[in-house]
Amino acid sequence: MNNKILVAILSSLFALQLHAAQVTVFAAASLTDSLKQIAADYEKSSGDKIVFNFAASGTLSRQIEAGAPADVFFAADETKADALEKKGLLVSGTRKSLLGNSLVIVIPTDATTIHSPAELTNAVVQHIALGELKTVPCGTYAKAYLKKLALWPAIESKVVPCESVRAVLAAVESGNVDAGFVYKTDAAISKKVKVAYEVPAADAPKISYPLALLKGAPQPDAAKKFIAYLDSDAATAVFKKFGFIMLTSPATK
Amino acid sequence: MNGAEWQLVGFSLRMALASLLLVLPVGLALAWWLARKNWHGKALVETLVSLPLVLPPVVTGLVLLQIFGRRGPVGSWLHTTFNCDVVFTWRAVVIALAAMSLPLFVRAARTAFEEVDVKFEQLARTLGAGEWRVFFTITLPLAKRGVLAGTLLAFARALGEFGATIMVAGNIPGRTTTLPVAIYQAVENGEDAHAWVLAGVSAVIAFAAVFVSEKLQRRRK
Repeated sequence: MNNKILVAILSSLFALQLHAAQVTVFAAASLTDSLKQIAADYEKSSGDKIVFNFAASGTLSRQIEAGAPADVFFAADETKADALEKKGLLVSGTRKSLLGNSLVIVIPTDATTIHSPAELTNAVVQHIALGELKTVPCGTYAKAYLKKLALWPAIESKVVPCESVRAVLAAVESGNVDAGFVYKTDAAISKKVKVAYEVPAADAPKISYPLALLKGAPQPDAAKKFIAYLDSDAATAVFKKFGFIMLTSPATK
Repeated sequence: MNGAEWQLVGFSLRMALASLLLVLPVGLALAWWLARKNWHGKALVETLVSLPLVLPPVVTGLVLLQIFGRRGPVGSWLHTTFNCDVVFTWRAVVIALAAMSLPLFVRAARTAFEEVDVKFEQLARTLGAGEWRVFFTITLPLAKRGVLAGTLLAFARALGEFGATIMVAGNIPGRTTTLPVAIYQAVENGEDAHAWVLAGVSAVIAFAAVFVSEKLQRRRK
């Protein structure tokens, strides 16, 4: 009978689900390339499947607050994790800060406009792309840095807020803006932009990427395994290759 | 509503009105051309004009971005000749709104022109009126209800435009942020109360525009 076929299909689906859990990771846009590579390696060795939602950390935290079915939150700004933790949406004890990054000013490859942050105030620089100041950590960091240098009032009117750090990169690549603030790791993956200035770590706000398991995660066990893998030597090697700064080294644990 | 919210509403209304200044001359010419003339390839023009109605708005935005971007054909010319940028300025807002609302206007105006009896136009011509005079004294006055309804629809559509606007004009508070973009950003920022205020304003304006437009179109029949 048809029922038998149905049972067979259902049981095979069920079996599939038992063997291969699907872990949903909500991750900061700046992690796109590194995490995709790490997940590809992990999927081969574990058999689990990693599904990503890459966006601005602020956007992701809003989606999680609204009840998006996610397992893991990997943001680019500790304050975004603080907000979720305060609302009781993170599983306590699972939060850690693995990565750091640095801020750079990028300009289109064919441009020669600036070499220092002070030159952003020059008249030839008309548009400066930043991550949206509240939802995109890269924008929040850049604004804090420019305020510290007392340059913010002079360039505020030139700012073009973008919906993620990758949108900033794209705006600079297209030449529609004269400069933009991205992470060093984003600048490194694009051939159409060049780094005009690297912000020294001492001048910039501390850039730290929080990682945590989410309450109500559909696949908590598989998610924990993946979180542990992100701290492994193999994953660390990939993060380092993309230029991230490791905040906790796996050897010392 | 606070000062910033009023300012935003004012800006959005000004941008929608400015886009009408582009839509009206282009749209009237197109509508008349489509209603009165037959030529080879007319179907192609009809389809092209209506395309922004059904294309994803971000696709229209993408096309505009290619054309008006600093490395695009029109954008690079404007940048080098006049040092005038389009993308990420209010000009991009107006262009995006106009591109998205043009089809609605053309459809309404064309139907209105088609319903005008050509005998009146012919009569005027036999009395010695030129084509411009026929259009402005016979065709347009007789079609005015439909044209007005189309104008209101285009205006309402412009006020609601999101996808194309955010592509070419971005989201620069006070300079390119329109009502729908501000609502999106407010929700992103977790400012739901602010989002609802703006949503309410949008709903009131849209309701008024469609209500009057419907009334105008119904009375014509």
